[in-house]
Amino acid sequence: MPINDQELGELKRIAKKIRLDIVDVTGWSGGAHIGGSLSMVEILTILYWKYMNIDPARPNWEDRDRFVLSKGHGGVGHAVVLAHRGYFPFEDLKEFNHTGSKLGMHLDSKKAVGVEASTGSMGHGLSQAVGMALGARVLKKSWRVYCVIGDGESNEGSIWEAAMAAAHYKLANLTAFLDRNRMMIDGPTEEVMSLEPLADKWAAFGWAVREVDGHDLRQLSEAVEFAQSHLAGPVMVLCRTVKGKGVDFMENDPAWHYGGLSKELVERAKQSVEREG
Amino acid sequence: MAKEGGLTWTVYDADKMTQREIYGLVLSELGEEYPEIVGLSADLAKSTKIGTFGDKFPDRFFNFGIAEQNMFGVAAGFAKAGLIPFVSTFSVFASMRAAEFLRTDCCYQNLNVKVIATHGGTSFGSAGSTHHATEDLSIVRAFANLVVIVPADAIETAHAVRACMKIQGPVYIRIGRGFEPRVYESFDYGYQVGKAVEMHPGTDITVIACGATVYHAVQAARILKQDDGLSVRVLNMHTIKPMDEEAIMRAVTETRRIITVEDHNVIGGLGGAVAEVIAGGGKGCAFQRVGIPDTFCPHGYPEDLMNLYKIDTDGIIEKVREIMGRDFEADEDWEDEV
Repeated sequence: MPINDQELGELKRIAKKIRLDIVDVTGWSGGAHIGGSLSMVEILTILYWKYMNIDPARPNWEDRDRFVLSKGHGGVGHAVVLAHRGYFPFEDLKEFNHTGSKLGMHLDSKKAVGVEASTGSMGHGLSQAVGMALGARVLKKSWRVYCVIGDGESNEGSIWEAAMAAAHYKLANLTAFLDRNRMMIDGPTEEVMSLEPLADKWAAFGWAVREVDGHDLRQLSEAVEFAQSHLAGPVMVLCRTVKGKGVDFMENDPAWHYGGLSKELVERAKQSVEREG
Repeated sequence: MAKEGGLTWTVYDADKMTQREIYGLVLSELGEEYPEIVGLSADLAKSTKIGTFGDKFPDRFFNFGIAEQNMFGVAAGFAKAGLIPFVSTFSVFASMRAAEFLRTDCCYQNLNVKVIATHGGTSFGSAGSTHHATEDLSIVRAFANLVVIVPADAIETAHAVRACMKIQGPVYIRIGRGFEPRVYESFDYGYQVGKAVEMHPGTDITVIACGATVYHAVQAARILKQDDGLSVRVLNMHTIKPMDEEAIMRAVTETRRIITVEDHNVIGGLGGAVAEVIAGGGKGCAFQRVGIPDTFCPHGYPEDLMNLYKIDTDGIIEKVREIMGRDFEADEDWEDEV
């Protein structure tokens, strides 16, 4: 069932809290990939609080759904989500990026509980997600695999190798989300390396494509409902998003791909999130 | 006919089969024992012989087309799901085209991924440098968590493929194109990952070899004994990592002269690894690395290329004679050399 009004309110509240904490962790850690973390907050919120069949108390439960953050630069956003979902204490976030911490810029699956794949190098996560989805078939398991890829990351040839394989093997248990925030380190994606027509490309690779506003939880919900009912193959949810979403002075500014925040900027950023939410 | 270790074939069959064929056969047998094994290929199922497994277990065999990066990433995903993927492609692609996927996805996460890298070294001779893998050992040796094995012949390949199932973590097994002559007379020589095999006893000099050069080192040792009266120890260093440091240091103190012989660039592979052990051991000895002298190799038949780089029987004989005639501090007092 798609989300109802009550769920919508609750999920919006969670998303706002995650944004506020991403800002805080960016301040504590000395710097983080904040822009691309803020753009995927609703995608992770709907998955972790509505759709994924998971049990944070049993992170290695065999039948759990899997989530792979292929755009591993969003590690700080993912870490905040995992802490809120109960995979590890919120206090651990205070050590983010620190020497010896379990949590760093690109999350390590051997150290951070709940992280299914060590990502960070672009174009690796989707292949691992394909392996997990195909693995379910071999093992006759019904778990689903969700994967978030970036648009800058989509320059990598390996993304398209994985796209071909997922369609070839008709992986209906695999749903990918493309965080289409249109920005990469060196500038707008269409200036650095054109990606459009992106929906057509995924469709041509054999995926069922749904285009949504990636900050609209209702649209995201409907897309996941579609993906779960689509049995012919993998589904790509192409999410139009805003890099730095929620923080007025960061939105659509590639300078905030990665950055640190002074105490003053942390306050300004949080006020902006509070206003917008 | 006697069967060994549950195998359905014998040492006599091994004579007629290439390393790749043996690999395909052993993997098919292991597939019966281990339902969690899956096979992965990048359009080389026939060439790498993993197709033998695929014929037997079509539901557990997956072709990913000519896309090696994705294949190694998928292998990591399979391992995460609890399966044991065997990934087969040519060494040149496993170690270079897919290097970062092997390193970051499989090794960094210490996953149970088994790589069978075929056509190692110059064994695909006539295909030229695009298909030679003369750098793979130095590259993958630097991947933490990875065990690196170079079997000498088909029999040792069978051992290695079985043994890698007992290792929890990634393993890289490098084999040739498969026309390497048989080195072992039987299966029963106590194969153990990480333990060099003394193929020929000797006290004057030690030849350390791996893969296809082991056969030639043994032949050379026999001829040198007969013609020159030299006592040449031959070590089959089938495991490049973890390396049998004890066997190397024993050779340093007992034979005082060592040459390494490999179908690989002399930089960073077997020779490089042995040099590191000797340098760290604090005991000097006459030492030379024989292999590809940091160059790209021409097209040619493998046996001609081995001859060109002096890693065949004639070449090893020449190199041994050369180093035996070389001056170096030969006093027997080891106490002053730490």
